[in-house]
Amino acid sequence: MFTLYKTYCPYVSPFDPCKPIGEKVFSTPPNLYMGFQPPNLPQFSPEEALRAGTLWKAFYDPYFNPYEQGKGARSE
Amino acid sequence: MWIYEKKLQYPVRVSTCNPMLAKFLIEQYGGADGELAAALRYLNQRYSIPDKVIGLLTDIGTEEFAHLEMIATMIYKLTKDATPEMMKAAGLGDHYAVHDNALFYHNASGVPWTASYIQAKGDPIADLYEDIAAEEKARATYQWIINLSDDPDLNDGLRYLREREIIHSQRFREAVEILKEERDKKIFF
Repeated sequence: MFTLYKTYCPYVSPFDPCKPIGEKVFSTPPNLYMGFQPPNLPQFSPEEALRAGTLWKAFYDPYFNPYEQGKGARSE
Repeated sequence: MWIYEKKLQYPVRVSTCNPMLAKFLIEQYGGADGELAAALRYLNQRYSIPDKVIGLLTDIGTEEFAHLEMIATMIYKLTKDATPEMMKAAGLGDHYAVHDNALFYHNASGVPWTASYIQAKGDPIADLYEDIAAEEKARATYQWIINLSDDPDLNDGLRYLREREIIHSQRFREAVEILKEERDKKIFF
């Protein structure tokens, strides 16, 4: 299945000092795949576009912390 | 000539008093891949680039200043009511000693902005590839700041700015395609 977020698993040593994260996530945003933008792509409505940061649905890729424990989790 | 519209490109809301986030955000203000570096890079490179893509550099360079203003607003909101003790606790004691609560063009580690962060090689492809790299680095910086931040309203604004980096990168990649002059031609290899 196509995804804009790819993962890999770095080697986990039995002697790692910190708890291994396991799966590392990285972003491969839509601009990597498009080439020159073709005409007549689907658009957001003007109101939606102003919020999304793009007029074009194909380029919309909101980012959230992939390592977040859950809502309200604070790092302090 | 520029025309200034006295409003932000996207509303900036900060819901928690957490001056430490200002320390991270200042990377996008005066850092190597920050909005100031981006604006000055594009608005300078545009003088020595083919006519077809000058307008793109002008437009994006101008928008970077709108982003700079958003970042400045975020930092200002996070620090304007911070006491010296709060600044110290947020790791901004050294900043306070020099600048009080004023903003300054330096990165998250306090290194002042320098023109050596940007380049104008005069070669259109070299310059556009630098611009693409700069947009991807700024996108990544926004991701790391979102990972560090637990303020949902602030992150909403940061997500918007990250989306704009994606679009800018796309447009620079299209500018390269325009200069290659191979679009609309049948490809034979």
